[in-house]
Amino acid sequence: MKIGEKAKWDELLTGGVIEDPGNSVNYKTGSWGIEKPIWNKDACINCMFCWVYCPDSAIKVDKDGNMAGIDCDFCKGCGLCVKECPKPNALAMVLKADIEKKGMDVVFKETFGGK
Amino acid sequence: MGKKVALMGNTATAHAIRQINPDVIAAYPITPSSDIPMAVASFIADGLMDTELVTVESEHSAMSACVGASAAGGRVMTITAAQGLALMSEIVYIASSLRLPIVTIIAARALSSPLNIHGDHSDVMEVRDAGWIQLFCEDSQEIYDSTIQAIKISENKNVLTPVMVIMDGFNTSHSVEIWEMEEDKRVKEFIGEYTPKYPLLDVSRKITYGAWAPPAEYSEHKVSQLHGLLQSPSMVKKVGEDFGKAFGRNYGIFEAYKLDDADYAIVIMGSAAGTAKDVVDALRENGVKAGLLKMRMFRPFPADEVKEALGNVKVVATLDRVISAGAYGSPLFNEIRSALYDVPQRPIVIDYIYGLGGRDTQPKHFKAVYENLKKIAKTGKVGKILDFINIRGKWEE
Ligand code: SF4
Ligand code: SF4
Repeated sequence: MKIGEKAKWDELLTGGVIEDPGNSVNYKTGSWGIEKPIWNKDACINCMFCWVYCPDSAIKVDKDGNMAGIDCDFCKGCGLCVKECPKPNALAMVLKADIEKKGMDVVFKETFGGK
Repeated sequence: MGKKVALMGNTATAHAIRQINPDVIAAYPITPSSDIPMAVASFIADGLMDTELVTVESEHSAMSACVGASAAGGRVMTITAAQGLALMSEIVYIASSLRLPIVTIIAARALSSPLNIHGDHSDVMEVRDAGWIQLFCEDSQEIYDSTIQAIKISENKNVLTPVMVIMDGFNTSHSVEIWEMEEDKRVKEFIGEYTPKYPLLDVSRKITYGAWAPPAEYSEHKVSQLHGLLQSPSMVKKVGEDFGKAFGRNYGIFEAYKLDDADYAIVIMGSAAGTAKDVVDALRENGVKAGLLKMRMFRPFPADEVKEALGNVKVVATLDRVISAGAYGSPLFNEIRSALYDVPQRPIVIDYIYGLGGRDTQPKHFKAVYENLKKIAKTGKVGKILDFINIRGKWEE
């Protein structure tokens, strides 16, 4: 049974067993949060604390093992990464509604200042 | 041929478990069931079994380990009672919803407080709606036979539902009775090999147990689970009949004792049924049309068969060994009375609570119940719907 396919009760496997393990990647939880983190690449020191602490593996990593942004499909907006980030200006929580209203550029400037 | 032995109910159960020789038992000892894991440990030490006995630190862990072992693909059993079953209860629900055929032996006992280690049905009634099959046994022979049958019932492909095999704490668990032990080989033949449907240890077929089901999915899972449970009555009957063919002792979902032409009937479960049957015999000798329905399978509740068995009785007393606090009557009363509501000439049904915390219930008490049923039939006046047997003080609610 694939995520999103609505099964009738008599189509389920005995005991609710799932035959295609790892299918949680199909279940996008990114819409759950009210806030989300935004990332200031210039201030980031690639310590990867955010990656270690993120409970949803929503910190993206590039091929060199460096921080590569937030995976918004799975980030639930818990704020742990921001709490653990040692650089005051590298990662911050913002309201998703603010981004929608003012646009990313404005919110980014208001949060991190400068450019 | 089996051989006649004189041993306690707990020992009878331990021998059934020895013959079944499950892959895993995870258990934590609790009175009045402790003799069973103790005997199993001895059997293993003596080389008579090769079960993996997991000695956990609590009953919560016992059932958790059973869930893991059963999902892995093993034949799994555990043993508990009272506070132990209460502590287990979170995982009891998980075992049935994952459809894991775990057979659990319970020496039914009162729940604290006050602290009491003696028999009643408070523990098993607490989990009556947990989705397990519940088989109540009257004596050592029945607990031995039912333990063996429970393996076949629970492992049936359409059923795949865990079973509680229940005896009365002390009344049965610690009474030495004469019963017949079958040959090891014949018991093993009867239960056969277990082929799990979704074993986690089969790495060629990757599966997940216990996934998350949000509101859009959960209802369907619960309906599917219920459907499995409701496949069990026909298996309880079939396995009971097959057992009769193999060993000469037949079992059904209940035992209707002198009920065909009865005007007055007691419905009861467990060891007290034996005492009550003696009273029925004595009353019959005096021309009183007394009968008895001994429920064996309480869950799932066989409402249609109960209607048939009790439909022509004039007055019925349900005897519950538990208080369902604040409910309109006790569990057996509620089921029986509700089932009989559809019968056009439905019998009058009243409720008695007896034997709490091991309180003795004697022939004279059952005699008084039948006297009351006779009086109700004669006068048409019911009086109290609920009363207590053998308590000090009058119950007037
Ligand atoms: S807010 Fe939480 S979920 Fe989102 S990236 Fe940070 S730690 Fe991960
Ligand atoms: S914790 Fe902060 S500084 Fe470290 S990698 Fe993450 S965003 Fe960059």
